[in-house]
Amino acid sequence: MTRSGYYKQLMRSSLSAILFAVTAITLAFPGNLQGQQNDPRRTIDARVGLAPGLHDAEEAISNLELISTTAKGPGFSPDLETETPYTGGYTNSDLAFKDNYSIVGNYQGFQVYNVEDPNNPTLQVSLVCPGGQGDVSVYGDLLFMSVQERRARLDCGTQGVADSISSERFRGVRIFDISDIRNPEQIAAVQTCRGSHTHTVVNDPQDDQNVYVYVSGTSSVRPSEELAGCSGLSPEEDPNTSYFRIEVIQVPLANPETARVVNAPRLFMDQESGDISGLHQGGDFGPGTQSSRQTNQCHDITVYPELGLAAGACSGNGILLDITDVVNPVRIDEVTDPGFAYWHSATFSNDGSKVIFTDEWGGGGAPRCRDTDPLEWGADAIFEVVGRKLLFAGYYKLTAPQTELENCVAHNGSIIPVPGRDIKVQAWYQGGLSVFDFTDPANAVEIAYFDRGPVYSEEMVSGGYWSTYWYNGHIYGAEIARGFDVFKLVPSEHLTQNEIDAAALIRMDEFNAQLQPKIEWPTDVVVARAYLDQLMRNNSIRADRAVAVSTALDRVGNATQSADMTTAATDLREVAGALEADSREPLPSGQDSDRLRMRSLAESIRNLASSLLQ
Amino acid sequence: MAKVDSKYTPGTINNGIIPWTRSLARLLLFVPILASACKSSPVSNNGPRILQAGAPGQASRSLAPQEIRSIVQPTYHQADVDFMKGMIHHHNQALEMSSLISDRTASSELDDLGRRITISQEDEIAFMERWLADRGEVNPEEHMGHGSEHMPGMQMPGMLTPEEMSSLRNSNDEMFDRLFLEGMIKHHRGALIMVATLFNTSGAGLEPDIFQFAYHVDSDQYIEIERMLSMLEARR
Repeated sequence: MTRSGYYKQLMRSSLSAILFAVTAITLAFPGNLQGQQNDPRRTIDARVGLAPGLHDAEEAISNLELISTTAKGPGFSPDLETETPYTGGYTNSDLAFKDNYSIVGNYQGFQVYNVEDPNNPTLQVSLVCPGGQGDVSVYGDLLFMSVQERRARLDCGTQGVADSISSERFRGVRIFDISDIRNPEQIAAVQTCRGSHTHTVVNDPQDDQNVYVYVSGTSSVRPSEELAGCSGLSPEEDPNTSYFRIEVIQVPLANPETARVVNAPRLFMDQESGDISGLHQGGDFGPGTQSSRQTNQCHDITVYPELGLAAGACSGNGILLDITDVVNPVRIDEVTDPGFAYWHSATFSNDGSKVIFTDEWGGGGAPRCRDTDPLEWGADAIFEVVGRKLLFAGYYKLTAPQTELENCVAHNGSIIPVPGRDIKVQAWYQGGLSVFDFTDPANAVEIAYFDRGPVYSEEMVSGGYWSTYWYNGHIYGAEIARGFDVFKLVPSEHLTQNEIDAAALIRMDEFNAQLQPKIEWPTDVVVARAYLDQLMRNNSIRADRAVAVSTALDRVGNATQSADMTTAATDLREVAGALEADSREPLPSGQDSDRLRMRSLAESIRNLASSLLQ
Repeated sequence: MAKVDSKYTPGTINNGIIPWTRSLARLLLFVPILASACKSSPVSNNGPRILQAGAPGQASRSLAPQEIRSIVQPTYHQADVDFMKGMIHHHNQALEMSSLISDRTASSELDDLGRRITISQEDEIAFMERWLADRGEVNPEEHMGHGSEHMPGMQMPGMLTPEEMSSLRNSNDEMFDRLFLEGMIKHHRGALIMVATLFNTSGAGLEPDIFQFAYHVDSDQYIEIERMLSMLEARR
C-alpha cells in the first residue's frame, strides 16, 4: 500500500480518528475507539489471551525456540522481604556484546552473562552503579553507560545525592575498563547538561587513536551552578541553550580517562535562518494525525561508519546525518510522519538502502498495541535511502493485539544477517518480540514471534523486552522485569535452515546495535544455498537449474582430492554462467527483484569455485 | 523507555500495607526463586560476583551477601509527597478549565488542545494517585472531590484565582479563546515552577519514578506552552 493509501485508511476511521488527535505527551489513551478492531491486517493468533504471571506467564511462540531464561540476580531484582515482585527501579534496559559475554544494562548498574553455552548463560558479575537508564555499549576493553537520574552519584553509591546542587551528582556517560570482565572498574565519567538517556559509540575509520560517543540527553537541564555552561532557557532567551543539540565525547584510546566533550552540534538548525530550533515545532499534521513532539533532542542515533551515515531518531523528526567528519556530523535530510508521536530509534538495512525508524508512542510505559490502537501509530516506519534522501515506504507494527495490562510499542532491535534478505528482530515490550522481513519495505511481513502474558494480572506494571538483538547465531532479549532470554531461530516456510546457518556464519568480537557494522558473508556453500532457497521459495528459478545448482554445491562438500576439486570448480562455473544468463531472461515468478538475487547466487558460486582452486 | 511507567511500583515500602496484602499469595510463590538465587551468590570463585563500583579511578569492591540487602533505592521525601498532592490539585484545575471549552468556543483547534490536555492530565493524575496510594499517603482531593474550588486555601503556582475562573466561565467565543490560552499558559508555567522548586529542594526528586515523572511534566508542559503561545499570537 502506498503512503497515501495508508493515510486514507487511517482517515476512513474518520470520527474516531479525530479522537486520536492526542498529543505525543499523552501517557495513556482511552480504549473506546471503534473501527480499528476489524482491521483485516490484525492477526488473531496464539498471542491473544495469554495467562499472566511474572515467571509463570503463558507463552506463545512461532518459528523460534526459547533455549534459556535466566532471572535477574540479587541486588538487581526486588528484595522480596521488603518489596513486591513488581517493584520498579530494577529495570533491565539495553544490551551489548563482547566475545562470549552479553552485558545487560539495568537502572541499578549492569550484569554480565557468559553466553558461551547459550542454553545455559551464567551470570559472571553484577556491577552496582545506579542512575538509569543504564544503556550499555562496548568498544574493546571499554564499556560505556548512560546515566540521567538525579539520584546518580559520581562514586556509584546507592544512597542518592541529598543536595539539589552537588559535585557528587553524576549525569552523563560513565566509562568502565572491562579488560577483566569479572572486575569492571569505572575509569572516567563525562558530565553533560541533560544527562545521557542513550548514547552511540562511533569509530572513525580515519582515526585509530580515538573513539567517539554521541550523547542523546532527553531529561531536564542541570543548573549552571552544578555544571558550568548548562542552560535550560529557550533559544530566544539564550542562544547557548542546552536544548537543541547532542554532545560528542572524544575518548583517546591510550588515555580513556581523559575523555571529554569536544563538540555539541546543533543538528536541528535551519541552514538559511540559522535558527537552532529549525525542525518540528511540536504538534500534529492535520485532522486525524498524530501529534509529534518538538525536536529539541535526539532520543537515539544509529551510526554506520563504513557508509559515513547516521540515522537520528530525534523526537519530532527522523534525520539523516553525514558523519564522515565524526566530530562534526552534518544533517543531510529530515522527515516527519503523520503517525509518529516520538521518534525513538533507527536501524539501517545492511546495504544502507533502508532505514527503519521506531515510534515510541506513549513512551514505553503505556499499552499501545490494543486492538483499538492504529497500526500506523507506535509502529516502525520504513524509509528508503535514495540519493541521500529518506523516502517513506511503509509501516510495520505488531499485528497481534495486546491487552490493557501490557505496555507495548515499537522498541529496540537489530538486523539478522540473512544474505539476500532484510530481516530484523525487534522488541515490543510486553508485546514480546517479532522477527520480520522488510526486503520489500512497503510490505514488511512477520516471520517469527514470541510473547508472554502480562507480568501482573491486576494492574499494568512495566515489563517485556527492552531490546532483542541477534549476536553470533542467537537472539538475546533483555526483559525489563523477568530477566535475560536466549532464542534460536527454527526453520519454517519463511526461513530455511540454510538461511539461518548463513546468518550464523557472521561472527563478531563485539556488537552494539547503535553502531552498525557492514556485514560481508564469507565464501561458503551455505550462503549459496540460502540464495537458492530464496529463489525456490519465490518460484524464481527453473526447476532443472535449481537441481543443477544443488548438485554442483553437493560436490563442493564431497571434493577431497584435488582432481575432484577441479571438476567441482568447473561444474560450479558452468552453473554460475547459466544463472547469469537466466537472470537476463524473464523469471518464472516475474519478480524482477530476484534477478539481483540470482546474480548474487552466481557470484557466490564463482567465489566458491575460485576458493576450490586456491 | 522514554517515559514514566503508568503503573508505579514503589521503591521502598515504609509501612508495607498495600502491595503486601494484595499480592501476598503471589509473593509466596517467588520466595523460593529468591532463595535459590541467594544460594548461588558470590561466594565461590566461579559463581557470580556482586561488585559495588567506585568513583572514577577507584577499584570496585566486592559485596558480601548481607551487603546486597543494603542496596536500596533512594527513599521519597516529604517534598515529593507535597509535590504530588499539589500537582494533583493543579491538574484538576486544568481539567476544570478544559471542560469549559466545548460550550464556549468555535475553534476546533482549541477543542483539540483541550482534549489533549484532558487526556494527558487525567493520565498523570491517575499516576500520581497510585504513587501516593502505594506509599500509604492520603490524597486530600479524593476526600473532597475533584475541582479546585474545594480547596480554596491551596493555591499552587500559576493557578487561576476564583475571579479569573469566573471570568473564563462567563466568556464566549474569541474572548473565551484568549482568556483560556492566557490562563492555561500561566497555569502551565506554574507547573514548571513547581518542578523547578522540587528539583531545588535538597533530598527531593531522587527516587527514579518521581524523577522521571517530574521531568516529563516539565518537558511536556514546556512544549504545550510554546504551542499555546503561537496559537495566542495568531489571535492577535
